Amino acid sequence: MAFNTIKTAVLTTAIALGAGVMLIGAPMSANASGGEGAHELKHVHWHFKGLRGTYDREAMQRGYQVYKEVCSSCHALEHLDFRHLGDKGAPFYDEHYPNPNDNPLIKAFAAEWEIPDIDGDNGDAITRKGIPADSFPNIYANPIAAAASNGGAVPPDLSLITSARNNGPDYVYNLLTSYGLEAPHGVKVGAGQSYNPVMDGGLIAMAAPLTADMVEYEGEHAPAASVDQMALDVVEFLAWSADPKMEQRKRAGFATMLYLFLLSILLFFSYKKVWGSVKH
Amino acid sequence: MSGPSTYTPKYAFTRWMDSRLPIIRMSSDFMGFPSPRNLNYWYAFGAILALCLVTQILTGVILAMHYTPTIDGAFDSVQRIKRDVNFGWLIQPIHAVGASMFFLAVYVHMFRGLYYGSYKAPRELLWIIGCVIYLLMMAVGFLGYTLPWGQMSFWGATVITGFFGAIPVVGESLQQWLLGGYAVDNATLQRFFSLHFVLPFVIAALVGLHIWAVHHTGQNNPVGVSPKTKSDTLSFHPYYTVKDAFAVAVFMMIFAAFVFYLPDALGHADNYQRADPMKTPPHIVPEWYFLPFYAILRAVPDKLMGILLMGAAIAVLFVLPWLDTSKVRSMRFRPIAKWAFLIFLINSFILGWCGAESPDNMVFSVGENAKGEPMGMNFLWLSRITTAYYFAFFLLILPILGLVEKPKARPQSITQSVLGDKHGDDH
Repeated sequence: MAFNTIKTAVLTTAIALGAGVMLIGAPMSANASGGEGAHELKHVHWHFKGLRGTYDREAMQRGYQVYKEVCSSCHALEHLDFRHLGDKGAPFYDEHYPNPNDNPLIKAFAAEWEIPDIDGDNGDAITRKGIPADSFPNIYANPIAAAASNGGAVPPDLSLITSARNNGPDYVYNLLTSYGLEAPHGVKVGAGQSYNPVMDGGLIAMAAPLTADMVEYEGEHAPAASVDQMALDVVEFLAWSADPKMEQRKRAGFATMLYLFLLSILLFFSYKKVWGSVKH
Repeated sequence: MSGPSTYTPKYAFTRWMDSRLPIIRMSSDFMGFPSPRNLNYWYAFGAILALCLVTQILTGVILAMHYTPTIDGAFDSVQRIKRDVNFGWLIQPIHAVGASMFFLAVYVHMFRGLYYGSYKAPRELLWIIGCVIYLLMMAVGFLGYTLPWGQMSFWGATVITGFFGAIPVVGESLQQWLLGGYAVDNATLQRFFSLHFVLPFVIAALVGLHIWAVHHTGQNNPVGVSPKTKSDTLSFHPYYTVKDAFAVAVFMMIFAAFVFYLPDALGHADNYQRADPMKTPPHIVPEWYFLPFYAILRAVPDKLMGILLMGAAIAVLFVLPWLDTSKVRSMRFRPIAKWAFLIFLINSFILGWCGAESPDNMVFSVGENAKGEPMGMNFLWLSRITTAYYFAFFLLILPILGLVEKPKARPQSITQSVLGDKHGDDH
């Protein structure tokens, strides 16, 4: 009798919490579905999805190359510093350089950028070569300049893009690979615009950014730089840049869940022991 | 009832303390608090809520050390916290997910109180203090959601503060006074941050009153019959400390699952875009815990009426102790009220669903009309029906049922309800 009561109580609590989680889940899926008439996204099985999912390091490195050689002509990475690229779990982490500021690869990447600064002697505005501690610089001086150079559309920041869109990784991948389709009747493609069904309304101010073999992947086992491959790689990199602590978080999550599970079991038996002689 | 103190100081130091500041006596009485022996797991949510409050305050104080409450710095500082601050990657999602967990727990706690009649005499004030806490939680939740200064932060703040503008005569001045200007701007963000920081401590103080009140009246219990003899109760420690601890641990697993594996699932992708006053998002949707009230707001076409109705939906909770005319506390013994409650529970979920959908979207369609528009039920009408039931439950069903419903036979005592007719000799 007592045991049955416990069982029912545990069961009802579990059901109630489940229902609560479903309540939370309902609006979540409502949001995730995107706007009305949203284009059906092709789903990619990402390396970083799932409970133990991690970023594919080589794909991230290729993705950085795509960003640097293609995307960076218009899009900034507002929330990244060069040193972040060499952090633990980052695309270019090197165990010999626990401090990424010492990593020669990171130093070299930073030096490829011109960083605006103030001359320490006379206060003139100058540019100098980047160092690992610098942030990725803005591409345009301000949003007005960005809009003026891009037919009125401001190229969005990419460092959070996979978080800032519903199903972000799939969204960006689909966007990059959905060029070259014929616009349906009713969608009027103006000057400086392209048809892209992933965009709400089907129109995008960005011309097809990727063409096959526009970057040269290095290394023996490097895949061919097809549009599809470059899109996959750059999304892998951008997903990391939006959530660089994901691997660390999942690892800590595993330990935490295990700990809480064991703690719950111990507490359950303590509860049984304390209440053993009491009918309730 | 908590009854007279049973503590006797044993040592010189405790005797010295006891005659000056009887804080040890208070703690001892607190741990020995006689609690009904038949409390089920629904009663563990008080402890769970205490955990939520402490978690939010601790993580919040740390976040405030690194956060920049200006419109130019807020969005970047949140990213800085998540990327560069030690353990910021952990503390920020705990705080963000924690808000949802807090509301999840408070809703369970409130539904539990509703089902077992925990608002009835002598616990009316206990319930009302709880309602004030809930109201403050809504304010703090809303203010906190503004702080990351994403698109949904900004537009949510614009929509909610716009409610005040709908008040006749003083509305516009009131809105400007609240915002510190004509629109949501830097002055708004800074005062929201200040209030978001301070109000949780007001909540903590009210929780103190809430706990004081429950220690004075004693806890209600699933059969709703007040404890009469010693065998009806158990000492809070160890019986309920261990039971609550188990429930808290299970709750923490759900909490942790969201923090570590789905930290963004409860938020909006739009809030990862920097606030842009020139660009309205296509759908401005509040956080899930406000959705039922959002549905009530949109159920009527008039803005002011919608706001009044939403206010009434919360205000009605405050007078609930006097709306329910039944003398029987627990709905276990109220055959009709039990069903009305179940429908109310489902109704609340549907209201939340309505709040998440566009009012024009169809719940189900039955063919098309001559113009080719789908016919059937849209979410506007579903929210109207569910809003009607929400109010009918409090204003019609509970007052009338208490007068006409024939309750089932109740046990004489908690002990009898647990042991049947044979008397308790096991304790």
